[in-house]
Amino acid sequence: MLEDLLFNLQLVALGISNGAFYAMLSLGLAVIFGMLNVINFAHGAQFMMGAFVAWLLLTQLGIGYWPSLLLSPLIVGLVGVAMERLMIARLYKLDHLYGLLLTFGCALVIEGLFRNIFGSSGQRYSAPREFQALDLEFGDFFMPGYRVWVLIAGTTICIATWLVIEKTKVGSYLRAAVERPQLVQAFGINVPLMMTLTYGAGVALAALAGVLAAPVYSVHPAMGANFIITVFAVVVIGGMGSILGAIVTGFLLGFVQGVTDVVYSEASQTVVFVIMAIVLLTRPAGLFGRA
Amino acid sequence: MAEGSLVAGTVGAPAVEKEAVFGFTRAQATAFLVLVAFVVVSPFFLYPVFLMKVLCFGLFACAFNLLIGYVGLLSFGHAAYFGMGAYVTGYAAKAWGVPPEFAILMGGATGALLGLPFGWLAIRRAGIYFAMITLALAQMVYFFALQAPFTGGEDGIQAIPRGTLFGVFDLTSDFTMYWLVAAVFLAGFLLIHRIVHSPFGQVMKAIRDNEPRATSLGYRADDYKLMAFVLSATLAGIAGGTKALVFNIATLTDVHWAMSGEVVLMSLVGGLGTVFGPVVGAAVIITMQNYLAEFGAWVLVIQGGIFIACVLAFRRGVVGEIGHALKVKL
Repeated sequence: MLEDLLFNLQLVALGISNGAFYAMLSLGLAVIFGMLNVINFAHGAQFMMGAFVAWLLLTQLGIGYWPSLLLSPLIVGLVGVAMERLMIARLYKLDHLYGLLLTFGCALVIEGLFRNIFGSSGQRYSAPREFQALDLEFGDFFMPGYRVWVLIAGTTICIATWLVIEKTKVGSYLRAAVERPQLVQAFGINVPLMMTLTYGAGVALAALAGVLAAPVYSVHPAMGANFIITVFAVVVIGGMGSILGAIVTGFLLGFVQGVTDVVYSEASQTVVFVIMAIVLLTRPAGLFGRA
Repeated sequence: MAEGSLVAGTVGAPAVEKEAVFGFTRAQATAFLVLVAFVVVSPFFLYPVFLMKVLCFGLFACAFNLLIGYVGLLSFGHAAYFGMGAYVTGYAAKAWGVPPEFAILMGGATGALLGLPFGWLAIRRAGIYFAMITLALAQMVYFFALQAPFTGGEDGIQAIPRGTLFGVFDLTSDFTMYWLVAAVFLAGFLLIHRIVHSPFGQVMKAIRDNEPRATSLGYRADDYKLMAFVLSATLAGIAGGTKALVFNIATLTDVHWAMSGEVVLMSLVGGLGTVFGPVVGAAVIITMQNYLAEFGAWVLVIQGGIFIACVLAFRRGVVGEIGHALKVKL
């Protein structure tokens, strides 16, 4: 009885650590959407790029996990900045759906390029050994140390991002520019630059999640596409109105997925979509959204 | 409708063009005759299986375009109706020996049955939310198709028999099959034309251009959107069912999100919201896929590149540009 309970608890804990990825990705989407009014369909591809860059740094240059946590988001973030300057910035005056279509095209190009170069099969990226010190084990409950780290790192990143946006001066500029871009520009703040940097930061956040995910899932070109559709459902459930909402919804759905894995594992992949349907029926604007 | 929107509304367009025949303007009637002539003559010159693929996807793209072009809703999950239509048609024809005409209708019914709840949910939001919701719901269908016993999982349903149409015409010959596909395509195309030019279609366009105003005139906008959604899903199911018979196969590819993206690309290349654009776009994309089949994953890169190029520089699409140059609506 106790063994069952511990085993089930383990599934739920793994679910919550998956929730950390949902939270980081939906947070990035929410930040980008708030500022640019663009749904970044390439978010999954950029998540995948983050994982691949970490893997390349390790296999080609021998650069390990810790420097990659910084380098990979930086590199992928710069790619994001280039994408915003060269392409997305031309669409701000058009219907928002064009941004969706454009970033969808970018996602296809990125995924196709990686498939051509590295093939469709997965690459292994092992976590550093020191994480074994974090292993949690009581009887049948076992949570690998790296999963514990993902949970700690993910929570820290989300809280840090939230603090930057809500409590710092840069964050206050950002929030003001989201509400009234023209007025903020009239006060002498370079709003187009802010938009570029916001996109770059959102993309870097996706890449950081990608590096964290590399040892958990195998690194392969389609890893982001599968993830991002679930994250879209998370975004619909949370509503894109609030940063905190995106974080809370991400963790919450990871938890729900873990519980579903215990109760009825066949539905664990679809439960997020079912919850999305229920939320649309009861609160169409999302749990934290403004109508 | 504001400048920069996805599909041109009637506001600011030249005064009502004179309708020549059957709701078509003169230019459209000419284009339609060219289309019919092409459909009738082409199998004598081109490979019928290739043409059937173009017509199936042409109908699929027209169904998608009905929603974006006339209601202003971008669905990113049309593969669900296309793919499940293919599965049901294929299963009915293979396991139950249902004759092809009924099997295709069952594919359409599947699209409708799926489109009703999905549309009912999705129309609660508009714009990018609508796109994300339809994509997520379609992903749910994909997982269902992956796990359900009757779809054959990774293998799909293979060796689907084409059967005998009305118990008279043996469809194993590609040439005979072609005429069935051509008839389904033209019937679907004309049905969409009829819908768009009916009073119902006028209200649809009014909602696209100014929803609050249409509501204030007493039209229930949601009812019209849902109707359009179900019609679009039905036609997508018919297109999927027909495709399953042509190629004797229904697989996970048909319900995958990439298929939803492909139909968006076809309509975008041809011209969103144009009457003939989706068909032209389908022909362009299918031809391209045929030539690029040996390059493997480069197809993905090129498709993505076309997406980017269309959005940045070529938003009217092929037919839209031609129409713009000739100053007619095509």
